[in-house]
Amino acid sequence: MSALIYLIPAALFLGLLGLAGFLWALKSGQFDDLDGAAHRILLDDEDKPLPPREANGRQQ
Amino acid sequence: MAQIRTRDSQETAGALCGPVSPLALGCCPGGATAEAAGALGGGLRLSDFADHIVHQHDGCDALTLIVQNLHCPSCIRTIEGAVEGLPGLAKARVNLGTRRLRLQWDPKVTTAEPLLAAVAARGYRLVPLDPEHMESAEAGESRELLRALAVAGFAASNVMLLSVSVWSGLAEDMGPATRALMHWVSALIALPAVAYAGRPFFRSALGALRGGATNMDVPISLAVILASGMSLSETLRGGEHVYFDASITLLFFLLIGRFLDLQLRGRARSAAENLTALRATAATVVDGDGHLLSLPINRLEPGMTVAVAPGERIPVDGLVSLGRSEIDTSLLTGESLPRPALPGSEVFAGTVNGGGALRITVTKSADASLLAEIVRLMETAEQSRDRYVRLADRVARLYAPAVHILAGGTLLGWLAFSDLPWQGSLMHAIAVLIITCPCALGLAVPAVQIAAVGRLMKRGVLVKSADALERLATVDTLVFDKTGTLTAGRPELQNLKAIPADELALAAAIAAESRHPLARALCRAAAAAEIESKALDAAVTEHPGDGLETRLGGTTLRLGRRAWCGIAEDADEEGTAAMELWLSGNDRRPLRFTFHDAPRPDAASVIAHLQQRGFAVELLSGDRAPVVAELAQRLGIATWRGDCRPADKIARLEELAAQGRKTAMIGDGLNDAPALAAAFASLSPADAADVSQIAADIIFQGERLTPLVEALDTARRARRLVLQNFGLAMLYNLIAVPIAVAGFVTPLIAAVAMSGSSIIVTANALRLNLASVKLRGIKAPQRHRLEAAE
Repeated sequence: MSALIYLIPAALFLGLLGLAGFLWALKSGQFDDLDGAAHRILLDDEDKPLPPREANGRQQ
Repeated sequence: MAQIRTRDSQETAGALCGPVSPLALGCCPGGATAEAAGALGGGLRLSDFADHIVHQHDGCDALTLIVQNLHCPSCIRTIEGAVEGLPGLAKARVNLGTRRLRLQWDPKVTTAEPLLAAVAARGYRLVPLDPEHMESAEAGESRELLRALAVAGFAASNVMLLSVSVWSGLAEDMGPATRALMHWVSALIALPAVAYAGRPFFRSALGALRGGATNMDVPISLAVILASGMSLSETLRGGEHVYFDASITLLFFLLIGRFLDLQLRGRARSAAENLTALRATAATVVDGDGHLLSLPINRLEPGMTVAVAPGERIPVDGLVSLGRSEIDTSLLTGESLPRPALPGSEVFAGTVNGGGALRITVTKSADASLLAEIVRLMETAEQSRDRYVRLADRVARLYAPAVHILAGGTLLGWLAFSDLPWQGSLMHAIAVLIITCPCALGLAVPAVQIAAVGRLMKRGVLVKSADALERLATVDTLVFDKTGTLTAGRPELQNLKAIPADELALAAAIAAESRHPLARALCRAAAAAEIESKALDAAVTEHPGDGLETRLGGTTLRLGRRAWCGIAEDADEEGTAAMELWLSGNDRRPLRFTFHDAPRPDAASVIAHLQQRGFAVELLSGDRAPVVAELAQRLGIATWRGDCRPADKIARLEELAAQGRKTAMIGDGLNDAPALAAAFASLSPADAADVSQIAADIIFQGERLTPLVEALDTARRARRLVLQNFGLAMLYNLIAVPIAVAGFVTPLIAAVAMSGSSIIVTANALRLNLASVKLRGIKAPQRHRLEAAE
């Protein structure tokens, strides 16, 4: 039974981790648009043209 | 002109409805960039938006807009991509659920203008949303419930984990010290969680008690608080039975039901909010020096002159002072043909201007306009409906006192007839409260309704108010409007067979130059008959209100009104009720084209189907009696009335209500709005006037009336399932309550009984989605063909 000493805190910690994650997601507005979120995952990001080299000097 | 109105209202519908088909990519305005941007021209005025910009604490400005023609998921990418990377933009987020776009930007770098222009250039129509309407109490409530739900879920799962080990310890041999440890840990988790997650119930119960009433939340709060308190004292005493798991699981299940219910209402509310914002908010006023300025409608005063561009909605009641055009009054009167507007004619707010620009002298302030009067009539009518008490509330009224009496009786009974210490008697009473707690009852209605609304949404039917389906389920009489409801609301050529092909080709070639509904109908008929009409090599001039004129080979040809084409009134005696156009020239025999407003493709079969199922069907229209009679006869409707003003429609509905009938009104026009609000339940097609959509409970999309049958069937099914759920919950109580009263309930039995009944009720609700509602009477091949045609 002495295993309970660390097993119960471990279980609680993991549960709290999940709760904190959910509350963070809620706070950052991830539950505001359930319809949109379902579709966003299917949308491809459009390929953007490389920025002109002279403008910002990036070598890619 | 009718074209303009149709497109406009379809977009309104889009703003309302869920993604009917995620694959319908053709709906996106992206392809039609140039055309739509042109249509926007006068619509995008920064002054309309400036009032709605919010200055945030982080230094950014924010604006929330309704995207009117946001139909499908790929619009998310298009809109966000349009503004992405613009200088100064902090955040752009499209909400597909509410059809809104939220923009945040740095006011030091940019203004709203380039951002709005970028979205508008992709062909989206934007309407600003008043920040007062957003983040309303309900939105905050939904977040609070979700947070409470999360906390309760976390606590319930962990406490249950500990409880299960205690219960298995009963079978094995768990020492009292270990059990006490488990109980203490449970208490540490459950008590704060109950205090936090129970607040929505405690508040509502307190409110009810203060008002001297009782509701479902009173026994819930009592059970939860007493169970937690009693369990704490048991834990202190080192007792065997604690109910921490029961109290927190109870809260968890109830919060789910509460959240589903709020979700449903929130959806309805945001739809209504969007519609309110879509109503025209500004008018272009011409001041003394001839300058144009934009004024909010409520600041218009009699005597001012207002400019109305072609295709725009007329903002106020007034007299035409300059210009010639035609006014589409179909939304106001139900008439399918536009009326000519000449200097001196009276025009009404809410109607749509046709092909010519008009100057209008305001005669009435905005809140005295005919439109405002109709809205007021509607609001008065709506109050009578507020008296409807939802099924769940009616059950709760009986249930809550019964639970209190039962628990109190148990306590007194055990005190009087046993030698148990008072703590034991109280334990038994609390067990009764926990067992009878309306866990399954709380889920019985929302679970079914969410399933029903979701099912209808997928089929293009939007349910706007939470109790709409309940009311619709008991309806026995259906009252239809004519124009735009039973009919498609656009004229079709009737006497195609009597017209020589070359004449039709000539008429269609002339008509191609006009946007008048009859001219469009002529072109459609010619195209459908596969008659090739060559483009005219002569100019066609349009005389608004009269017709079209052209010179061809030395003769003047006129296509238009009977009198304007120089035909005497009695030249053709048959059926003056029909809509008509004449084609005349110097030396040719005048040719008559007659039109009628064709019924929706499945109108006849749907009406027949409904009548066969025992619904009484009536037709009330604002159109002229002969036209109404003809349609009623064609569709087999025995009871009909024409020439109905809005008040007449309400009177007829009250008459029916007095006979004890429950009436559903189906209509689309502004003139139907009061009747829609007055009826026991109401439905509107998605291209109806905004006001009608606000008034209606349910909005259906598409060309067909079949969704109506679907809505009726689903409503009835949902009602059956709700009643079944109540039955199941009662059955569970019948079994569990005697055990609780007799004092045999242990925490294990309580937990199993409670979860079991909730799961059964939810599973029963989900049956709604499994079974397919059959449309009996409407033949499958016919349905198939209609679907293919769409």
